[in-house]
Amino acid sequence: MRRPGVTPFLVALAPASLLFAISTGSVHVGWIGLWHALSSKTPTLDATIVRKLRLPRAAAAFAVGALLSLSGALLQVLLRNPLADPYVLGISGGAAVAALGSMLLGLGSAWLGLNAFIGSLVSMAIVFGLSHMRGPWTQTRLLLTGVVVAAGWGAAITFLLAISPGSDVQGMLFWLIGDLSYASHTGWAYAALFTGLLLSLPLARSLNLYTRGELVATALGARVGLIRTAVYVLASLMTASAVMEAGTVGFVGLIIPHLLRLLGDSDYRRLIPDSALLGGSFLVICDTLARSVIAPLQLPVGVITALLGVPVFLVLLARARFP
Amino acid sequence: MTRLEARGIRLEIGGKPLCTGLDLALNAGETWAILGANGSGKTTLLHTLSGLRMPSEGRIYLDGSDIRLLQPRAVALRRGVLLQESEPGLAADVMQTVLTGRHPHLTPWGWEGSEDYRMASAALAAMDLEEFAGRALPTLSGGERRRVEIAALIAQDAPICLLDEPTNHLDLHYQIKVLALVAGRSKLPGHLNVMVLHDINLALRFCTHGLLLANGDHRQGRLDAILDAQVLEMIYHCPFREMGTAGDRIFLPA
Repeated sequence: MRRPGVTPFLVALAPASLLFAISTGSVHVGWIGLWHALSSKTPTLDATIVRKLRLPRAAAAFAVGALLSLSGALLQVLLRNPLADPYVLGISGGAAVAALGSMLLGLGSAWLGLNAFIGSLVSMAIVFGLSHMRGPWTQTRLLLTGVVVAAGWGAAITFLLAISPGSDVQGMLFWLIGDLSYASHTGWAYAALFTGLLLSLPLARSLNLYTRGELVATALGARVGLIRTAVYVLASLMTASAVMEAGTVGFVGLIIPHLLRLLGDSDYRRLIPDSALLGGSFLVICDTLARSVIAPLQLPVGVITALLGVPVFLVLLARARFP
Repeated sequence: MTRLEARGIRLEIGGKPLCTGLDLALNAGETWAILGANGSGKTTLLHTLSGLRMPSEGRIYLDGSDIRLLQPRAVALRRGVLLQESEPGLAADVMQTVLTGRHPHLTPWGWEGSEDYRMASAALAAMDLEEFAGRALPTLSGGERRRVEIAALIAQDAPICLLDEPTNHLDLHYQIKVLALVAGRSKLPGHLNVMVLHDINLALRFCTHGLLLANGDHRQGRLDAILDAQVLEMIYHCPFREMGTAGDRIFLPA
């Protein structure tokens, strides 16, 4: 009774997107060159470009895309709100203030990622603490707290941009739009991704109940209190890990889960792994385009995610009979 | 056999007491109606009996065990709940929604098997929804969505069913069909029902026992024995007219 759905296609798409990423760039490396670069140990120029530059960056893009869309899928069900995305609860705002502050102080890129991560945790603790002050949260209370905290961070970001010297502002804007050229914590990102997948998959069937409402889920035997805390913490840590790696790449976390729903994935046991696969592949393709369409100039990847994602999503939405 | 029991229940909402010192013993074979005016605590009591809400005082026992000490899944295998209103959720189709009723029957990593699909299909058929199986929930009418919720409850196959205004949104045909189906299940060994109803005549037709809530006070017993025009007037604060003969009575607000 288990239909294969879109999963086989996504399993094939992931390696295809990686192949596209390592074979594309300002230096032309043919298929044979690619084969040599990957198989032989000789440190040719092609081999260095493919193995030291393109492959790590594609790997980073895949992890970030997978983290963001998985986190988006989880927050959409937690808040029971189709507009939720990984940044809706202010996690990215805290990260951005910390990251921009680090740039303003001239700290190195290693500090940038670490501070962004710490900024996310601070924001997460503020939102979680405030929405729990008077008993258990409601979805509306959590959402409102998050949105208002995010607005506060937004003001701080504008302030930092206004007082920063012009030479710093471009780097800051790239970070805010989302840019993979700083990526330097890929190992951590994959650790977060696998932890997130491993811990959210056992919750998947309970999340299906959760879409019918918290009370129905409780009546059917789901441990709702445990689930919402787990989902909040997991989604937040995954978002923080993605932001640490690539800044605030927009749009992926919002549209990928919806795209999959429009393609018929409403069961969370499929939506969770499928979100990771499609989100990862999508960001790899977007990042490859970002560094190649106007090469040697590089665009921040966030520009491409929106340029590519908006029309695809709108066409699918217009063709769907619901929501 | 007492399957669901309430001892010394006190309910309050926002500091306002709704009922105090309530003892109830619900036995297999019975169908209970909870009757009362708006705001008299019917839904609060139903949620408390279901274990979804803790009473301010007192305990609920399911098959002799304190419901708070049982595993949520073990409770869900024995009692099902139909809520008064369904919350709008993210898109799901009808079959998937009905299959959520099978959740307590599955092992943590299990997927629904042919038995679960058979139960869900039978529940859909009982609600005349076979042709809606693949439809998205938001494309259904209010009454059709209500029947999907009821089908999910039937698919859950719990011996104890608690239903909050099951006839909400249903046309007359389905009001009778649903209540006959639910009341019929109490004839199965070990089964019983509790439902909040606003229609006294449907309650008289389908329920064996009643619990009346009024002004913080309560009265319980066999329904035909505790209901008369005077009691109804006390509950609903409007005069009633009784028609028909004993055993086949109806009440109309005068």
